[in-house]
Amino acid sequence: MHVEDKFTAETWPAAPEKQTLEGKNKFLGFWLFLGGETVLFASLFATYLALKDKVPNAEHALAKDLFELPLVFVATMLLLTSSLTSVYAMYHMKNFNFKKMQLWLGLTVLLGFAFLLLEIYEFNHYVHEYHHTFTSSAFGSAFYTLVGFHGGHVAFGLLWIVTLMVRNAKRGLDLYNAPKFYVASLYWHFIDVVWVFIFTVVYLMGMVG
Amino acid sequence: MSTYAQKKGFGATLWEYLTTVDHKKIAILYLIAGGLFFVLGGLEAMFIRIQLAVPNNDFVSAGLYNEILTMHGTTMIFLAAMPLLFAFMNAIMPLQIGARDVAFPFVNALGFWLFFFGGIFLNLSWFLGGAPDAGWPSYASLSMASEGHGIDFYALGLQISGAGTLMGGINFLVTIINMRAPGMTYMRMPLFTWSTFVASALILFAFPPLTVGLFLLIFDRMFGSNFFDVANGGNTVIWEHLFWIFGHPEVYILVLPAFGIFSEIFATFSRKRLFGYSSMVFATVLIGFLGFMVWAHHMFTTGLGPIANAIFAVATMAIAVPTGIKIFNWLFTMWGGSIKFTTPMLYAVAFIPSFVGGGVTGVMLASAAADYQYHDSYFVVAHFHYVIVGGVVFGLLAATHFYWPKMFGTMLNEALGKITFWLFLIGFHLTFFIQHFLGLMGMPRRIFTFLPNQGLDAGNLISTIGAFFMAIATLILLINIVVTSVKNEKVGNDPWEDGRTLEWAIPSPPPFYNFKQLPLVRGLDPLWIEKMEGKKGMTPAEPLGDIHMPNNSFTPFMISLGLFVAAFGALYREDYNWGILVLIAGMGITLLSMFVRSVKDDHGFHIHKEDLLNDDDKGGKA
Repeated sequence: MHVEDKFTAETWPAAPEKQTLEGKNKFLGFWLFLGGETVLFASLFATYLALKDKVPNAEHALAKDLFELPLVFVATMLLLTSSLTSVYAMYHMKNFNFKKMQLWLGLTVLLGFAFLLLEIYEFNHYVHEYHHTFTSSAFGSAFYTLVGFHGGHVAFGLLWIVTLMVRNAKRGLDLYNAPKFYVASLYWHFIDVVWVFIFTVVYLMGMVG
Repeated sequence: MSTYAQKKGFGATLWEYLTTVDHKKIAILYLIAGGLFFVLGGLEAMFIRIQLAVPNNDFVSAGLYNEILTMHGTTMIFLAAMPLLFAFMNAIMPLQIGARDVAFPFVNALGFWLFFFGGIFLNLSWFLGGAPDAGWPSYASLSMASEGHGIDFYALGLQISGAGTLMGGINFLVTIINMRAPGMTYMRMPLFTWSTFVASALILFAFPPLTVGLFLLIFDRMFGSNFFDVANGGNTVIWEHLFWIFGHPEVYILVLPAFGIFSEIFATFSRKRLFGYSSMVFATVLIGFLGFMVWAHHMFTTGLGPIANAIFAVATMAIAVPTGIKIFNWLFTMWGGSIKFTTPMLYAVAFIPSFVGGGVTGVMLASAAADYQYHDSYFVVAHFHYVIVGGVVFGLLAATHFYWPKMFGTMLNEALGKITFWLFLIGFHLTFFIQHFLGLMGMPRRIFTFLPNQGLDAGNLISTIGAFFMAIATLILLINIVVTSVKNEKVGNDPWEDGRTLEWAIPSPPPFYNFKQLPLVRGLDPLWIEKMEGKKGMTPAEPLGDIHMPNNSFTPFMISLGLFVAAFGALYREDYNWGILVLIAGMGITLLSMFVRSVKDDHGFHIHKEDLLNDDDKGGKA
């Protein structure tokens, strides 16, 4: 099969992301990249744990003073659901149903965007209510760096998926762009997995001490 | 350089190299850039040795000495040794596995330009207010206190070039996993390919901690965070951990490919199959694995406690086992072989005792209790120069002579090569052997001068004399390169006549598509197998057909240029109003270039069968 071939739902292969050598390379290369990203976030988590609640004096808010679970719960649900919708998008990609794939990707983007808005609100809240800023303490630096790196990944993922959707809106699926959609959805799942750890390590462990 | 380049004007050649995605041309770019930085790092080394030649010397001031010393280490590791290894990995590894290019030719070019702009940025510090001066590990307690912008250049420059290295690592991994020729199973891969594979895996997992560490440093120094500010709850030991979690695997990232190069050279010039091939593969993988378990041996005196020190000491000593396996395998490869002492082989033979010397002091340093005595003395300096120069630099010089004909189609002069070798070998031992004793007599590392009559005078003078031997050897190598390039006597596929692996089955330099037909690999040392059966070359594994090739692109250059510009913005953000604008503009250039890359389809092109048939004069037949 060739990148420039035209397909119908009947001739579309079962694993379109791995039909061409370029696709196979992208698939594997991106998994390896996510391996490197895992180490990157592991380093950030380690830094956060070493600096958690490390503040210059007693006037600074600590983790247990800051976090409010209802807000974080909503954010978590938004992001987890967006992972589910991206799974549906890939399901339709594999069935050569471009319109439904775009629809589910659109939902994914909306959920991701809502998550990002909540995060911005949350950061704003900490800064204004608690004077917990990037520069106020080592704890603040570590918190905003870890959670902010994740937020940056979400923002980049949104830009990426929107670019793919707009670029391919008129031409539909082929073996050239199928790996691109697939890899973008892998990235989105990875962001979700990282958030599960942030939810546990930063917020849940922050609440209990 | 290549026959294709000479037919074009200078401008066209320059544009070709600025936009190339061909792994062989990118290899040449890495070789030139890495070579320039190697000379620069070497000059810095000479300044260090001149300053320390006699007691109470005032050749350079104390502050400048700190900058030279920091830049010597940083340049040699990040901007000379790694790119030079990447040059040979790029030039040779795809040929060894029978591939037409790497998995991501575009990313390959991007990796080079990121490294290049990062290196240039770092070195511009010399002209813009002073270079970094906190040592190559740049411990936070020192780097946070360093005035001026030196450390900022260090953090931003390494961040940019490190991103390029990470991409290179992923690229090599995917290439080796997905793009091997028919019959090239994992256990038939040449050792240089294996060591590239393991070193790339180390890059993938070791560079992200450095990325994080550098981000923390950038944030602390330029954006007001408090990671390393103890008064605000910070902790400087975090930097030490992150740096060495990267830094120790980095040592193996450097030395494993050198091991791979030597394995090729020993087998070729002993005209014998590498002894214990599978144990060599096993040892390479094991060294790579253990390389991640030992970082805290750089921190024995930090105060982690006796239990941590004991565990890391034992893990460190364990690495001597797979390394020993390799040493014996090399010796047994030569045993009973029909040895030819060419220049590369001389380096390989000299490498064994030199590197073992560094290994022995490594085990001494691994004993945590004894390390309290050796710590921060010239004994450590002698140790790591024995492993890095005796291992990595010897490997690079050997590879330069060994692979030069494959990369450029002409042989380096053997007589000049042997002169370089002897001068370098003698100079190396003269410089560094005595430093063991200087260290044991109490000379601390990183001091800019010493007092007379403390028993250090003679040793330091001898060490400086040795450094001049190495400098002269390097000059002769450069002369050799010029002489060879001017003469430009073309050589055939297999100029050493004893080539065993696939790269010697195709022309020197190879055509841009490498293999006209992919070769059929029937065992370890595939070319040697065919030769032993009286055949002239490889049997093709496929009929002659169209070949798919990637298009050149200027985008990698632009993406890297954007980050280079953005780094200036970050650096001067607090000093000048325009800083933030430059930062945004630079990031804009990068993101826009990435966007263009994303939306513009790039299907590459095909070389048609008919054109390949007419290409017989250029060879390229598998």
